[in-house]
Amino acid sequence: MSLTSESAVALGKKIQAKEITAVEAAQAALDAIRAKEDKVHAFVTVAEEEAVLKRAGEVQKQIEQGILTNVLAGVPVAIKDNMCTKGMLTTCSSKILENFIPTYTAEAVLNLEKAGAVIIGKTNMDEFAMGSTTETSYYGATKNPWNENHVPGGSSGGSCAAVAAEECFYALGSDTGGSIRQPSSFCGVTGIKPTYGTVSRYGLIAYGSSLDQIGPVAKDVTDCAAILEAISSYDKKDSTSINRKDLDFTSALVDDVKGMKIGIPKDYFKEGLDEEVKEAVLHAAKVLEEKGAIVEEFDLGLVDYAIPAYYVIACAEASSNLARFDGVKYGYRTADYEGLHNMYKKTRSEGFGAEVKRRIMLGSFVLSSGYYDAYYLKALRTKAMIKQEFDKAFAKYDVILGPAAPSTAPLLGSSLDDPMKMYLGDIYTISVNLAGLPGISLPCGIDKKGLPIGLQLIGDCFNEKKIIQMAYAFEQTRPYQHSPLSACTEA
Amino acid sequence: MANVISDETIEYVGILAKLELSGEERERAKKDMGEMLDYIDKLNELDTSAVEPMSHIFPVGNVFREDVVTNGDESEDTLANAPVRKDNGFVVPKTIG
Repeated sequence: MSLTSESAVALGKKIQAKEITAVEAAQAALDAIRAKEDKVHAFVTVAEEEAVLKRAGEVQKQIEQGILTNVLAGVPVAIKDNMCTKGMLTTCSSKILENFIPTYTAEAVLNLEKAGAVIIGKTNMDEFAMGSTTETSYYGATKNPWNENHVPGGSSGGSCAAVAAEECFYALGSDTGGSIRQPSSFCGVTGIKPTYGTVSRYGLIAYGSSLDQIGPVAKDVTDCAAILEAISSYDKKDSTSINRKDLDFTSALVDDVKGMKIGIPKDYFKEGLDEEVKEAVLHAAKVLEEKGAIVEEFDLGLVDYAIPAYYVIACAEASSNLARFDGVKYGYRTADYEGLHNMYKKTRSEGFGAEVKRRIMLGSFVLSSGYYDAYYLKALRTKAMIKQEFDKAFAKYDVILGPAAPSTAPLLGSSLDDPMKMYLGDIYTISVNLAGLPGISLPCGIDKKGLPIGLQLIGDCFNEKKIIQMAYAFEQTRPYQHSPLSACTEA
Repeated sequence: MANVISDETIEYVGILAKLELSGEERERAKKDMGEMLDYIDKLNELDTSAVEPMSHIFPVGNVFREDVVTNGDESEDTLANAPVRKDNGFVVPKTIG
């Protein structure tokens, strides 16, 4: 077993126990990237070797001095390329930010650095997190470490593929409509989207501000709980940050689900769901039932209305958030222009890719005079009704169980031609963002093609601990399975 | 397709969005937007007349602080990102005739 096949927490414990140094861990990650990156293309930017080893050396010194005691100290991490990192290129996988060097670091990343994290690079994503396959990246598609002909999912496809390929020990992703949970499912890793407001969005380049949350991607539930504990904080720089006192997520790593109530929404298992995914997810429910949980089917209303409401809200917010990319203060500026407005238009038209333009156009339309009430306010009213449906469900159940995605990873090149079809793939994840809920995706099976299947557990707001506990209990019955690419040692 | 997007609408949205679409892109955008709006019209099946629009899940308000500078002078780092700079400023096309 090579060093990079360790979980983040297992490696961190070895570093604390002086069995291995942070420098050795960093070197192992850099070597793994060198061996596998041509095949997986999970990174937009790999940090300079010299700088990584220098940072690892400093962290090691502070561990030895007893200053850094967090279990993640010295463990190499990859960061999705929509989080600002001071002095390190941050592109959002877009041409329009091809040369953007942030002057500050995102709060969630800063929290990790304070805990002693060593940043190994910035991961590929769908441009501005808009997409479900990581194929809309300006810097080329990421491949699935289980089968390089398939997509890793998206938009945090680079983060999930880097973890599954074992190029890093864990990663940060962001989730606006499923962008952590769906690629985690496709890559056979574990990812959490926390309750809205738990992790600061300061320094996260905004897509849909009322939906965006940063969260962990790792090999197992224990890692995710430890990472979430490290990145969560109340931050006055994010006006939607919540001052929570219950951030000790690792305390929920208990193998016990006796008496916990699981609700399975019938609507999640009707047509459109792949048969093998259905079987694996229902088998997971059975396993939890055998461990003492109470499992019940129920009607979760309004499931079919989440996607249309989401696209109105997310695109509206995106059209406003992405107005700042105009070629004046940073990023790409068109070469030839006549006057200010022509410069704006040409810069944006050349700088943004097709999917981003599609969403900005739709967002501008639904916010425009005469359509605002009919589309935007209608979607916000629908959102309120969806939230009420979840409130009703959580009055009865501790956790809602279902698939993370309707299928396993599709083939590369098979999704972008039909955007509507791609959008429908987000049906099980999107409502969680609309209602601000926490959700976790973890592996629960492998299909006949050899691709991982993800189980999603959804909790009520502020109930991360319940989904962590249940996921942990399930995981005890199914040890982590390494992707085929993870064992590759030569480029 | 129930929603037919006209050239005028796409032109207008292009002005709002500050995007300039080529002929081919424009036709694709018309088709895509029409299809999306057809799908979004599904929301009209719901009676939302008694429901208040919910912009955020939790109540949010302004967060105030004293107007005191807490960061240092980062102007040089900020200007280093300028597509075009001159001395201590960003260069932009002439805006006043």
